[in-house]
Amino acid sequence: MREVYVVGIGITSFSRLEYPLVEIAGYPAMMALKDAGLSSVDHVYVANMGAGRLNKQTGLASAVVDHLALTPAGAEAIENGPASGASAIKQGYMAVASGLHDTVLVTGAERMRAANSLETTDFVATLTHPLAEYIYGVTLPSLAGMFTRLYMDKYGVTSRHLSMVAVKAHANAMLNPFAHLHELITMDGIEDGPDAGTNNPMVADPLRFYDCCPVSDGGACLILATGEVAKKLKKPMVRLAGVGQATDTHAVHERKDPTEVTAVRLAAQQAFGMAGFKPSQVDVAELHDAFTILEIVESEEAGFFKKGEGHKALEKGLTKIGGQIPINTSGGLKAKGHPVGATGVGQAHEIVLQLRGEAGARQVKGAKRGFTCNFGGFGNNVVCLAFQREG
Amino acid sequence: MSTDLEKILRPVDNPAPIFPPKYMTLAGGETLVIRQVDRDEIPDILPHVEPLIHVERDFYDIVAARVYAELLGYYRYRVQDEYVLVAQLDGELCAVVNGRRFNPEVGVSLHTLSLRRGLRVGAHAFAAKMEYHFDYLKQKEVLIVAESPIGFRRWMIEYKLEKRFETPHELGGVPSFALTREIFERVRPTLLTGHRPVPANLLAKAKAKIMPPSDPPKPPMDLMAATRSQSDNTGSALLLQRQVLGGQPKAVAKPKKAAARR
Repeated sequence: MREVYVVGIGITSFSRLEYPLVEIAGYPAMMALKDAGLSSVDHVYVANMGAGRLNKQTGLASAVVDHLALTPAGAEAIENGPASGASAIKQGYMAVASGLHDTVLVTGAERMRAANSLETTDFVATLTHPLAEYIYGVTLPSLAGMFTRLYMDKYGVTSRHLSMVAVKAHANAMLNPFAHLHELITMDGIEDGPDAGTNNPMVADPLRFYDCCPVSDGGACLILATGEVAKKLKKPMVRLAGVGQATDTHAVHERKDPTEVTAVRLAAQQAFGMAGFKPSQVDVAELHDAFTILEIVESEEAGFFKKGEGHKALEKGLTKIGGQIPINTSGGLKAKGHPVGATGVGQAHEIVLQLRGEAGARQVKGAKRGFTCNFGGFGNNVVCLAFQREG
Repeated sequence: MSTDLEKILRPVDNPAPIFPPKYMTLAGGETLVIRQVDRDEIPDILPHVEPLIHVERDFYDIVAARVYAELLGYYRYRVQDEYVLVAQLDGELCAVVNGRRFNPEVGVSLHTLSLRRGLRVGAHAFAAKMEYHFDYLKQKEVLIVAESPIGFRRWMIEYKLEKRFETPHELGGVPSFALTREIFERVRPTLLTGHRPVPANLLAKAKAKIMPPSDPPKPPMDLMAATRSQSDNTGSALLLQRQVLGGQPKAVAKPKKAAARR
């Protein structure tokens, strides 16, 4: 297989974007083409989860490739729930690595705020098991709430730990002009102070308001190319070094131990195995913290900390910028935002920015190896990516 | 003669207890002061409400237009038993909430207008309004409607309001929901907060001047309007791509329809 490099990146603000979905996909793509210095590509992958339902648009890839004037390049949309973004990158990786294409554009886009929050919550809930979960009214916050309670009981994670994740995420997002939430929050305001209970009300016990990510619109794009093309473009050489993917039972209750997120562990192992480096060698990671508990859990399953010790690492500040392994420097899904289909591409965008040394105030000094975990379903379809700066 | 007519036009004088000001710490650590304002302060609030009439997002336009009218009605003595509360951060106007007494037992919630998004400022201001109806006006229930999905989620769902669909609400005659004393007591521990008395320096700053909102809601951002306006909207955006990749936009062709009119 050929080696695959990221030669261009682009992103929109993750917030509310009141223009057509095709433009939310197209704008970061144009930025990425400009970044790469390319005017055409061989193939386009569009990551999206909700166009058909939320935006009443199907055939999104055809619309995007035309909008970008990239015809006659091949184009198709990838839908894999909230892991659509990393799945599309994986498809792009395979296309370049296999020799099928030399340049591939992967753009992720979602316009969730076209619908109201009730509809959006229901839309996301449709990824749960239709007969064992969805028909009983399960939503993602409720699943995450039950999961968090189990995790708390088993490993001693507390509400305070969850708030620490949220405070860190919001602080990092303040350094990211593309983040959805530019609101500093404090432990006093959401956890310790006399008004914390009303500032941070319960959503799905034990998860509270600031434990949940916002509903965002947004788009992000990566252009992947062969080493030969990458060298000609003279951009910092960031290699997509490892790709891993694993699945788990659709219904969470069918897992032997629901606190074991096996798909993350397996996908991460695959990605690291292919990349040829260890979790301990990673300089910066973006983990799928749709709920604060997930950052803690994924930091363990990915191998950065021992199982049950992610919250202790958090206490020690190991995951802050400047810490041992900075996690979610972008603000994460929690504060950067979570436009579901675009999220995985947005995570990769942040890592490439970090490895290029272009992350500004949130730059992790000397970052050379990065990792992303894009968590689809409730841990039933996970895609992990490993990146390495060369030269 | 004109003075006598004005007496007829004005609402009946019907004094009510004052809402005692309170303060609370927000999620970001700032201190929010919520207090009742008198008629004299309404002209200081109106200029900050007016721009929101033009914000076609989250129903700010209709809510701001109605709040403007209600504030003016209060200022000009044209609404019976209305009150207005404001929420301020360092004097900055963050929310305006208002309502009125329908009769001694029933209150009417009119509007909750957040001029600063996030940090649950609007939620705190709404809760203060309900506190006023139940704890100070001693009413039995408050009739409420929502004009936006956000309001529906915040009031009807978070408070679990009762349906009072047989009672048209004053706002548009739509079916009402009701916050009863029983519901209010149930949510009091989780949705209502605040401390009294407000430290003198905080209250003095709030009363000294109603400062303009530093980050008010704005019309929808359209980051690509400039580029999109220079291409057609059919998807054939070769021109658009050239402009973006080339760095400099080309001259804009005049719209055909406009040219034809000339």
